[in-house]
Amino acid sequence: MAEPLLVVDRVTRRFGGLLAVNAASLTAQEGRITALIGPNGAGKTTLFSIISGFLKPSDGDIRYAGEVITGEPPHRLARRGIARTFQIVQPFAGLTVRENILVGAHLHHRKRAAALAAAEDVGRHVGLNDFLDRPADTLTVAGRKRLELARALAIDPKLLLLDEVLAGLNPSEIRDIVPVIRGLVNRGITIMMIEHVMQAVMSLAEHVFVLAEGQVIAEGAPAQVAANPVVIEAYLGHGAAAKLRASHGQ
Amino acid sequence: MLSPVILIPAILNGLLMGAVYALVALGLTLIYGVLHIINFAHGAMLSAALFAAFFAFRMLGLDPYVAVFLLAPLFFVLGYAAQRFVIGPASQGDDRNMLLVTLGIAVVIENALLFAFRADTRTINVPYAFETIDFGFTFLAVPRVVGFCAVFVVALALWLIMSFTDSGRAIRAVAKEKLGAELAGIDVAHVYAMTFGLGSACVAIAACLLIPTYYVNPTVGNAFVLIAFTIVVLGGMGSVPGALIGALLIGVVESLSGLFLGESLGQIGIFVIFIVVLLVRPSGLFGARA
Amino acid sequence: MKGFAPIVAAVGVLAAVPLVVHSIVTLNFLVVTLMIALAGQGWNILGGYAGQYSFGHAAFFGTGAYVTAILQVRYGANAWFAFGAGIVFGAALGGIIGALTFRSGLRGSYFALVTLAFAEVLRIIASVAPITGAGVGTLINLDLGARAFQFQSRAVFYWVILALVGASLVIARLIEQSRFGAWLIAVRENEDAAKALGVDARSVKTAAMIVSGAVTAAAGCFYAQYFLFVDSGIAYGTWISIEALLTPIIGGVGTVFGPLLGALVVKSLGEGAKLVTGDVPGLDLILYGAVLVLVIGFTPRGLIGGFPQLRGWLARHRAPRASSIQEAEHG
Repeated sequence: MAEPLLVVDRVTRRFGGLLAVNAASLTAQEGRITALIGPNGAGKTTLFSIISGFLKPSDGDIRYAGEVITGEPPHRLARRGIARTFQIVQPFAGLTVRENILVGAHLHHRKRAAALAAAEDVGRHVGLNDFLDRPADTLTVAGRKRLELARALAIDPKLLLLDEVLAGLNPSEIRDIVPVIRGLVNRGITIMMIEHVMQAVMSLAEHVFVLAEGQVIAEGAPAQVAANPVVIEAYLGHGAAAKLRASHGQ
Repeated sequence: MLSPVILIPAILNGLLMGAVYALVALGLTLIYGVLHIINFAHGAMLSAALFAAFFAFRMLGLDPYVAVFLLAPLFFVLGYAAQRFVIGPASQGDDRNMLLVTLGIAVVIENALLFAFRADTRTINVPYAFETIDFGFTFLAVPRVVGFCAVFVVALALWLIMSFTDSGRAIRAVAKEKLGAELAGIDVAHVYAMTFGLGSACVAIAACLLIPTYYVNPTVGNAFVLIAFTIVVLGGMGSVPGALIGALLIGVVESLSGLFLGESLGQIGIFVIFIVVLLVRPSGLFGARA
Repeated sequence: MKGFAPIVAAVGVLAAVPLVVHSIVTLNFLVVTLMIALAGQGWNILGGYAGQYSFGHAAFFGTGAYVTAILQVRYGANAWFAFGAGIVFGAALGGIIGALTFRSGLRGSYFALVTLAFAEVLRIIASVAPITGAGVGTLINLDLGARAFQFQSRAVFYWVILALVGASLVIARLIEQSRFGAWLIAVRENEDAAKALGVDARSVKTAAMIVSGAVTAAAGCFYAQYFLFVDSGIAYGTWISIEALLTPIIGGVGTVFGPLLGALVVKSLGEGAKLVTGDVPGLDLILYGAVLVLVIGFTPRGLIGGFPQLRGWLARHRAPRASSIQEAEHG
């Protein structure tokens, strides 16, 4: 198998005395959707911040498309083709939806006209074309999630880091957005997603990494991982796996 | 120039002056620690307090050390009202707006003083203004020694308030975690206003301590407040010990550079420190990492 | 308001004013107003578009003024060259301060403070340095004639400053329409999100400061040529730092015409106050401070920004909330 598009190599991150990420290693194969799951406080978003250049690791390396990118600032990584969305959506509040996406589109389109066209394209693709001229802060949560996605897509990424893009959405909204995410792979985009919504992880991800207390405790296909007792314990607590087996046995 | 006979008094005087700077800086750092903004009106408030102390002496015959018991509560109320009824509502919680509103208030106060009292410099004459105390190895001016002691009394009082009163605890809560404090039922607007009031009271006390030996005009406050900014940044925004130590340091630096470089360039020394600290270590000596 | 047509129209209308108005007092008022508008437009580029509020724009104004004056008086340079040099120095200063402060990642209050400190340092240096004439200041010799950039007729000065203001309006408009402008505004709204979209926030902010410094310095250069006298209090005093930020905030931060509108309002208020109470020092600034507080309180986006806000407020309070249900269904 070819070298994965993204390789996180034993990355560690300390905050004073707190070890947020502890020698975590994971990979994202090109053209696949990889999920990063784990209980709250596991260090998933910290890891994303390190991969996208907002934080420097205390130790370890990140490799992208074969090159070492550890410590490069976010805007440089964006130009390399790494895009990220934020867990707490951050629209450019004073601007319209179109203007929001435009900022991303401008990365590869210097002229306003070309960038506007690209922005409109992306906006349509994520289903926001009825809202392009609305102020971004009038969107609902679901709309803002789509905007967050659209902006990231506008920079024409090869690797897309989605940080809990489904959080706060109701089941029908999730049903609507999942195909959009799946469709991105067809456009050649590799996706790594942090997600808590397990049904989405099961249906979207081809490979799953489980992070708990800063360490990778399991990886594999979704079904495999879900049945893994170590994973169950991480989420539900000590002894939970045995209890579940016992209750299923009855 | 380096003889101890000249150096030691310079250092000691620097410390004494630093104590008064500390009082001004304390108010500023308190306001920053809780409201997370820099109160650009601080200097103008000091000017206003100086004028108040001046008129308390001239018209009411009150010695500044007595007037302080009148002016401190008065300025507490004024500061409280300013935050509660003007700054808070006008800025609607936006940091940038708060900066501008305090700047606006500063401009209004300073120019109102200018308008009412012209730019002339005034001084008061108190009998002890030039008395000195003999410490054996050097003589120190009475007002400055009183000022030095008073600052520690005020700092102690503030610490007691913060640690043992409900209001103090509320202030600390809001400073640490505003949303949580709000959810716990604390009236944040009231806390903000109280903090502003305390900061203003500190300024009033500083004015009363300064006036025996200093002059009064509408722009004096500005000179002090820029030094206070430097102290607060050096000591760490929001850190009370930082403000105290930073103030003493700056007082000594100013005294020494005035000795070696002359009056006006001495001022530059402070600003250069200011800029360097801001660029190199904005969190200051004791502040939380930004 | 889109495009350059409104700019051409406004400049055209304003250009016609001296043909109708001949009172020296009024022309003088208008010249000073336009000069402040120019200084404000400089501030607006950094504060309005990039969202970095400088409290020390006097640093650029004063540098423009002093460079223009000193080059002529001490080095015998040509007045027009000195004018250009003043602008270049202003731009360079913007680059230096920007590189230093943005490298340290200073924002918000800290940024306001450090710009204030820079202006103060320059003021103190200027008040004692021999090259600026120290406390006495620098006087440019009267030498009427176009070659020396001094004109007998106030109207010509008016047209010069109007041309500069027009150029600054065009610059603002070009920024708005460009990638640079989109990036600036993104940094203003949310710097982290902007970085994640490939915006080199530090370079973009520094570039904005360079342009900002150049434009405000131009106002300083003009001051020197118009009044022929510069000292440290005039050049680097807080008055110009305040007026440079007041005019865009009142007129509309982040808009092309904001500083111009704001300057007209602010200066008219000042004149009006003087008419009522006589020429007492400090009164106009009291008004400015009060207006600043009121504007922030009621229309934080300034006069131009205030209108859409008002429309939005009216719209939200008239129609019922039915539309949001539809929105929820379609996301």
